[in-house]
Amino acid sequence: MQLVVISGKGGTGKTTVAASLAYLSEKSIKVDCDVDASNLHILLQGKDIEEENFFGAKVANIDSNKCIKCGACEKVCRYDAIKNYQVDPLKCEGCAACTVVCEQNAILLKDEVTGKTIITQTNKGLLSRADMVIGAEGSGKLVTKVRKNAMAHRKNNEWIILDGTPGIGCAVMASVTGCDAALIVVEPTQSGLEDFLRVLSLINFFGVKPFVCINKYDINEDMTIEIEKYCKEEGIDVLGKIPFDPCVKEAVNALKPIVSYKESKASKEIIKIWNKLKEIYKEDV
Amino acid sequence: MKIAVLSGKGGTGKTTVSTNLAKVMNWDYVDCDVEEPNGFIFLKPNVLKTKKVNVPIPKIDDEKCINCKKCVEICQFNALAGTNTGIILFEKLCHSCGACELVCPVDAITEEERSIGKIDIGQSEDIKCMRGVLDVGEPMAVPIIKELKSLIDEKPTIIDCSPGSSCSVVSAIEGVDYAVLVTEPTAFGLHDLKIAVSLVKEMKIPFGVIINRAEEENDLITRYCKEEGIYLLGKIAFDRKAAVLYSQGKLLIEDEVFRKGFEEIGRKIEGVKRCN
Ligand code: SF4
Ligand code: SF4
Repeated sequence: MQLVVISGKGGTGKTTVAASLAYLSEKSIKVDCDVDASNLHILLQGKDIEEENFFGAKVANIDSNKCIKCGACEKVCRYDAIKNYQVDPLKCEGCAACTVVCEQNAILLKDEVTGKTIITQTNKGLLSRADMVIGAEGSGKLVTKVRKNAMAHRKNNEWIILDGTPGIGCAVMASVTGCDAALIVVEPTQSGLEDFLRVLSLINFFGVKPFVCINKYDINEDMTIEIEKYCKEEGIDVLGKIPFDPCVKEAVNALKPIVSYKESKASKEIIKIWNKLKEIYKEDV
Repeated sequence: MKIAVLSGKGGTGKTTVSTNLAKVMNWDYVDCDVEEPNGFIFLKPNVLKTKKVNVPIPKIDDEKCINCKKCVEICQFNALAGTNTGIILFEKLCHSCGACELVCPVDAITEEERSIGKIDIGQSEDIKCMRGVLDVGEPMAVPIIKELKSLIDEKPTIIDCSPGSSCSVVSAIEGVDYAVLVTEPTAFGLHDLKIAVSLVKEMKIPFGVIINRAEEENDLITRYCKEEGIYLLGKIAFDRKAAVLYSQGKLLIEDEVFRKGFEEIGRKIEGVKRCN
C-alpha cells in the first residue's frame, strides 16, 4: 500500500497531516517527495544513514580552446542558454542540440548534480528524502529516485507514506503515479476549492483512489459544506474535518508533529483519519 | 520595472501579497504560478482574451524515415523510442529542443504544434491581469511562463511566482528588477526563506522580505534579516480577519488596517524602484 498525502497548493496543512500519519505509523517507510523544500525530517528528526549524489540533468560545456566563435550553437539553442559562447547552466536543459551543430566538436554534455538523496533513520522508521540543488531542473526525476530508494529499503510489503509535492506539474505527477491512495488535504477557501478540483483531476488521471480531509474546516463552514457536497456527489470519502487549532502553530514552532500533543483537537481528528484509513485497508501499520 | 513575489514554499501568502500590492500600487499583475493560478480569484478581472500555449513537437514522416534511430540516440529526455516498424514519440516527455530534427539525415522530421495550456488576459479596473494555466496532466510549466513573460509590456508589473525553487521559479524571476520574498515567522518559514534567499542571490536579483502572519515585534525572521543585512519591507499581522477575507476570495485591503499596511509596503517598493 502506498499512500500519498497531497494538496493542490502548499500551506494547506499537507505536511502537518503527512508528518502526523508518518508519526502514527510505526511500521511504514516514509518518503518526502517535496524535494525542493523538504521538511519532514525536521519534524521526525533522526539520523542520516545514507547519502548519495543525484545526477538528474546534463549541462552543455563549451571548450573555449576548440571554439571558433561561429555562433551556431547560440542560434540553435531554444532556451537562450548560450550568450557570447558561454553556457548559462541555469537555463541550459542539456538537450544536446548545440552539440549537433558545433562543427568543431567543442561542446560536450556533462552530467550535473541536481541534488542529494538521503535515507534518514527516525525512531518511527526509515525516511527517504532529498535535497535538491536550488534552481535545478527535473525535480520529477529526483522524486522518482527518492521513491525508488524507499522501495529498495522496503521489506514485507510495508506501507509507504509519501508527503507529496504541491502543484500539479512534473514533480507531483512523479509523486502520485503508482500510488494506491491519495489523501487530499483541502482548505475551505475559494482558492482551496479550485486547487482541490485540479489536483483531483490529476489523481483521477493516474487512477489513484482519492480520499479527502478538510483542514481548518471551521474557518469557512459554508465552503466546507460545499466541498462535502461535492465529494458526496463524486463518491469520495471525506475522512475527517480538522478544526482550526492554535496548538498546530505551537507544534510547528516546537518542530513536533501535532499528534504528539494528545489534548489538541486537531490531533484527535487526525488520529481518527488514520484509524479510518487502517480500517479501510484492513492493515496494522 | 518588474517585481517578482516568491517564497521558498507555498502557502506563505505569496498570492495575497502580490494581489493586494498590485491593487494598492496600481501595477499590472501576472500570475506565473501556472500549476495553481489563484490570483484571479482575488482580483476578479474580466477576462477579455484567452490564447492557447503551444509547444513544437516533432512529427515523423514514416515514408521518409529510414529507421536509423539517430533521433532516438540524440534525444536526452527519452521522448523518442525506436521500434522495428518506426519511431514512437512520447509527447509529454518532449522538451521541444529540436535536436532530433537536426540529426535526421533524411529530413523525415518536421515540427507540429501541441497545446499544453492557456493564457488568460483580463482587466481589473485599471490593472491589466494575466495568468497562465497549465493543463492538468501536463508536466512542463516553463513554456507557459516564458510566453506569459513575453507578453508583459513596459508598465510596472508584479509577477506572482510558483512556490519552491525549481526551474519554474527560475524562469519566472529571470530578468526581474526586484524580488519580494514572502515568509512566515516560524522555523519552517525561516528554512524555506533561506532557500529563496540563496536562489535570488545566485541570480543576482536585489530583494526584500515581507513577513506574513506576524505576531511579535522581534520574531526569528526579523532577527535573521537583521543579522544578514536583509531589507525588511514590512509585516502583515496575524489576524483571523485575514483568514476569513481570504477564504471568501476577498482582498485584504478591503480592511482599512490592512490597506494602510500594504500602502506602506508599496511606498517602500517604489523607493527601491527609484534607487535602481
Ligand atoms: S557552434 Fe561550436 S564553434 Fe561555434 S560558437 Fe558554438 S561552440 Fe563555438
Ligand atoms: S524535440 Fe528534443 S526533446 Fe523533443 S523528441 Fe526531439 S530531441 Fe527529444
